[in-house]
Order: sequence, then C-alpha cells, then structure tokens
Amino acid sequence: MTDFSTVSESTFEERSFWDRLGAFIISVLVLPLALLDGLLSRLQARIGIQRMGYWFILPNLLIFGTFILLPMLLNFYYGFTGGTSILPQNRTWVGTENLSALLTCEDYTRPLTCTEDLFWRGAANTVRFVVIEVTAIILLSLVTAVALNRRIRARGFFRSVFFYPVLLSPVVVALIWKWILQPQGVLNSLLADGRPIPFLTNADWAMFWVIVVHVWAQMGFYTLILLAGLQAIPKDLYEAASMDGANEWSRFWHITLPLLRPTMLVVLVLTLIRSVQVFDLAFVFTGGGPGTATQFLVQFIFQSAFDDRRFGIAAGASLLLAGTLLVFTIIQLRVNRSSLDNGEG
Amino acid sequence: MTTSAPPAPRTAAHSPRGISGFLTRLQGGNRFTPSDTLTYLYLIGGTLVMSVPVLWLVMSSFKPLSDLYSDEQTFLPYRTQTIAVAGYERPLDLYEVTFEDGTAQTLAEVSRVGIVARMIDPAAPETIIEVNINQRAALREIYFAFDNYTGAITQFPFLTYLGNSVVVTVGATMLTLICNSMAAFGLSKYRFRGRNALFLVMLSTLLVPVSVILIPAFLVVSQLNLTNTLLGLIIPGAATPTGVFLLRQYMLTIPDELLDAARVDGASEWRIFWQIILPLARPALAVLTIFSFMWRWNDFLWPLIVTSRTELFTLPVGLNAFQGDLTTQWNFILAMTVLTMLPITVVFALLQRFITSGIATTGIK
Repeated sequence: MTDFSTVSESTFEERSFWDRLGAFIISVLVLPLALLDGLLSRLQARIGIQRMGYWFILPNLLIFGTFILLPMLLNFYYGFTGGTSILPQNRTWVGTENLSALLTCEDYTRPLTCTEDLFWRGAANTVRFVVIEVTAIILLSLVTAVALNRRIRARGFFRSVFFYPVLLSPVVVALIWKWILQPQGVLNSLLADGRPIPFLTNADWAMFWVIVVHVWAQMGFYTLILLAGLQAIPKDLYEAASMDGANEWSRFWHITLPLLRPTMLVVLVLTLIRSVQVFDLAFVFTGGGPGTATQFLVQFIFQSAFDDRRFGIAAGASLLLAGTLLVFTIIQLRVNRSSLDNGEG
Repeated sequence: MTTSAPPAPRTAAHSPRGISGFLTRLQGGNRFTPSDTLTYLYLIGGTLVMSVPVLWLVMSSFKPLSDLYSDEQTFLPYRTQTIAVAGYERPLDLYEVTFEDGTAQTLAEVSRVGIVARMIDPAAPETIIEVNINQRAALREIYFAFDNYTGAITQFPFLTYLGNSVVVTVGATMLTLICNSMAAFGLSKYRFRGRNALFLVMLSTLLVPVSVILIPAFLVVSQLNLTNTLLGLIIPGAATPTGVFLLRQYMLTIPDELLDAARVDGASEWRIFWQIILPLARPALAVLTIFSFMWRWNDFLWPLIVTSRTELFTLPVGLNAFQGDLTTQWNFILAMTVLTMLPITVVFALLQRFITSGIATTGIK
C-alpha cells in the first residue's frame, strides 16, 4: 500500500454544480439574447449562414482591437517619440533616443551613473524580487502540494485555507500585512521590547516583507496546479516501486519529481511572467519605499507616465519589459517542446 | 466544508482498538507514521500562517480605537463591563479592586481625579469609596463593537464605492460572457478566412499584461471620453482572451451534427447559438463567471488609471486612497477592508470545493 493517493475530484455532484450555476447564468442573460433574435435572423437572411461567423466575432473583436491590440501597436509609437503630450499628433519622432536613454550608464557597475537611474534601480529590485520570490513559491507550493496529496484527513479544508489569500484583492492583502507590521502593530508588540523593529521603513526589511507577502498571497494558486499534476501521476507506478522496495523518499525522487516536471515548468513560467510585473500589492504596501528600496519596473513605468508625463520613457521601458516577457515565453515553448520530445523518445 | 469524510478502514480486524487506535486510524487502516506526523505539523503550521493574519485584521476591526494601539494586545475584541446604577445617568465602568488587606471587591467608577478614583459598590451606591487607580483592574468582557463599521459607512463614501464595484463587476461579467461566448462560437463552429490567424493574435496577447500597455490604453480610453465613467471600467477588459480560449476549447467538443440538425429544423444561427450551444457550454460559462467576478472585484490598476473622481472609485481604489490619506484612522480602514473582502469570502465559503477543483483543472487565474 502506498502513502500517496490519487483522488478523483471531479465527482458527479460537482459536475451538476457547474451545470446548475451555468443554467442560472444563462437565465440571467436570456433576455438580451432573445431580444436580438429578430434582428439577427434578418441579417442572416441577407448575408447567408457562413458569413454569420464574422458577426459572432465582431463585438469581442471590436473591444479587443480597440483596448488591447491598438494600444499594443501605439506603444511602439510612444516608445520612439518624445515630448510631454499624450496626443500622438503632438509628439515628435526621436528614434531610439528613449531606449538609449534608458540603457545608458557611464559606469555599469554603479547604477547612480545611469541617465535613468530609477529605471535601473527598479530593474535591479525586480530581478532581486523575481529570483527570491519564484524560488520560494516553487519550493513552498511543491511541499504543500505533496503534503496535500498524501492520505490525510480534512484535505479539502487545508486546500481551501492555503488557497483563500489568492482570492483577495492586492489592496486587501497589503492592508492586512501593513496592519500587522506597523510600529505599534501586533508583531512588534510580540517581538520587540520598547523599540519597534522598522519592518517597513528599513530597506532590507521592507524588501523581505514584500517578498513574504507576495508568496503568502500567491502560493495557494500554484499549489493547486501542482496538486492537479500530482494527482495525474498513475498510482500503480508507486505500487510497483514499493514492491521493489523503494522507500518514500526514493519514490518521491525517482517517480514524483520526474513526472511532475511538465507541471513544474508551467508553474515556473507562470510565476516568472507574473512576478516580473510586480506592482499593485507592493505599491499599496510600501509605496516603493523606503526611498526606492521596493520600487519595481512597473511602478517606474506608471510614475514616469502619470506623474512625470514622460510618456516616451515610460513606453520605452514597457517595450523592454514586454521584450523580457517574450523571451521568457519563447524559452518556455522551447523547454516544453524538448521535454515532450524527451518524454516520447 | 471539507471533501467527503474518510471512509471506514477496509478491514476492521487489522485496525488497532481503543481510543488511541481510533485517533491514529487513517484511511485504509494504516497506522500513523513519522512522515504523517510531519505532514500534519506542516499543514497545521501552514494553516496558522495563512489564516491568522486575516483573522487578526477581522478581530481588530471590532475593537475600539483605544484598544488598537494598546500595549497589551488581545486576539479577541473586548470592552469594559458597565453597570447601570440608580442616580447616575450613564452606565458606570466596573473594576475589580484589591484592597491593602488583600480582599477584593467589584466596584463601579463614578469619577476620577488624578490617581484617585471615586468608586461605589453597585449594591450600596450611597457610600463613595476612594481607591488608588493602581489597586484596580477593569473588568473586561468579549464584545464585538460595530462602531468602526457604522463610522466607515457614515463618514466615508463607502456605499458609493460598494455600488460602483457591484455595477462594474456585474456589468463587466455579463458583457464578458456574451462577447466571449459569441466569439468562441464563431471561432469554433464557422470556417472563414483569417480565423486561425485571429485566434493566434488573441492568444498571444494573453502574455501582454495591462501594465505594459498602460499609456496607449489610457489614451484610447480618454479619446473615447470614457475616463471617469463606469463604462470606461466595464468595457475595456471585457474581451478577455482567456475567456474566449476557455469557451472555444469547450465548444469544440460539441458535435457539429447538432448544429446541422437544428438548421434543418429551420433554426436561425443566432437561435442555435443561444438556445443550443450556450446551454451545452454551461460548465465553461460558470467557470468563466467566477473568474470574471474575481478579476473585476479585485482589479486595482485599471480603475486607478481610469478614475480620478472619488465618486467613481471602486472599493480597492477607494481603500487605497483612504490608507494614503488618513494614516491615523486605521479603525475605519480595518472595517472597510473586512467589508471589501466579505463578498469574495462568502462566495468562496459556499463554493470552495468547486472553485479549487475548477482552477486546478483549467489552470487559469
């Protein structure tokens, strides 16, 4: 008998729950849908069945094109133009001036000599944050998922407790922790005698807590994904290994880890893409402070654009960020493909 | 609350008897191993780390301002017990007084001058007893005070924010469901030029977060005169590629013969969409609804950019504005934070099993 269990969570009862919720949602939407009946059947009579496909896509495409695709293209224009006006017609072409301003330093070992030293500060902070946060999230969610996958009582309860913070708004999460970490907060009254520890006003402490709070708020999501990956591992592999005398640790090392690799890769890329964009939680939590100790790239973009009206610099920085995300994605596709090839070969 | 109860041990004969046997009995009838102990220790420790910060905030929101910054912090909210005594207009605070001879008595405070309190015995209210304040301790009882909540609601435009959040969340979710399911239907059930290219472009933008297109997106919204309107909060995020992808994948599993049969019966394409396809895609619609609800209720960056007038703030933006403005009024911030997380918490408490397994299988957030 193995210590791992594969629990099929998609029960019949669950399926009927999603069915019922879906039926309720459709009943809410039915009125606007029914009202369009006459209009759209006249349209169909005029243009024929096959071209109706375009009309079904149209509303989504309009919104998507206007608010996602067009801005993506405009972003390049902003990145290569200068001036303080947000209106495209009032901006002057400057070529790669914004990008080179962002990337120029007199001495690359000293960030303060860079033309845009805040950009470099933000980039350095982001790299530090990403490396530690992603490592911590992957390790902790793996341990938690393995623990939740064992034969335990109250699995659903534990799973929900670890997942709950994922649902909270970043603003709420930031306030929960800010309240605990205040100078007169509960953690200081438990730990310090008289002199409070400057949790959010000391540069190193602030970065430490920004990372802790992000891990706290997000690890439940990745735990769930890893748990699903664990449950997809065939149970008989473990049984065969136990018969051959493999102990729990070697079963984990030789069966669980290799078979979980694809899921771990998904988690790695998701956490990377997300943590590079770190902004809202930290913005409410520390405001980037003390000083610029927890100021990240997206905050630099946000403040250059909306506080300083340096739209060219901001767009240039977001192009660089988008480029980084693209590289991550390409790496993921490559790695995924090679891991698939290995699996087949 | 939890998943199904563990089944009884398979073979009763093998399981140990007695209370310790009952307590350490596991699914399948195995005994507790050291790694089981470690697992439970980890999970219980983790549960504390995950839940205590939230519970601490909730408990704090029921405490009076004076207790929020007191030296001796308690987990539960307390208040000083009072008693109504004939001859005094307002209820008097109760104290446990220890006299020099070691006897103790419960007295009510009438007034206090410096370090001397003038107190009475509630049973014999005529005699005033003077007591040094070091000799007494307030009698406290657990009490959940809603003053912070009433204060937050009456003194700040909390209800406006709540209304905005509800309108934006519900409106955007409905728009998302309709637009996304129409697009998914078009992409999965029709053949036309550029269909696959369109789908790929949409998918690729999954990787481009709002934070990267902030400036041009703001320009577009302001050129359309949508800044500082609720529509500016509802429409731009409605065409989620995630939703289209989820629904399209689901609709691909619906056989095309069903559509042909309906066409033979004379149904229009639109009618096929909303009377046949949508009901068949119920589970996918339900999953998307929950996601959309969560995305919109918690969204912070977009409303922060689009709205600058306080009467259009949503709850997260309003909450952020408060904590920036009024650093001293934490008692109200605490209450508003609890009210902001309440709807999501209630939905989760009711549906947690379905939500956690739904996310695990679709892998989106």
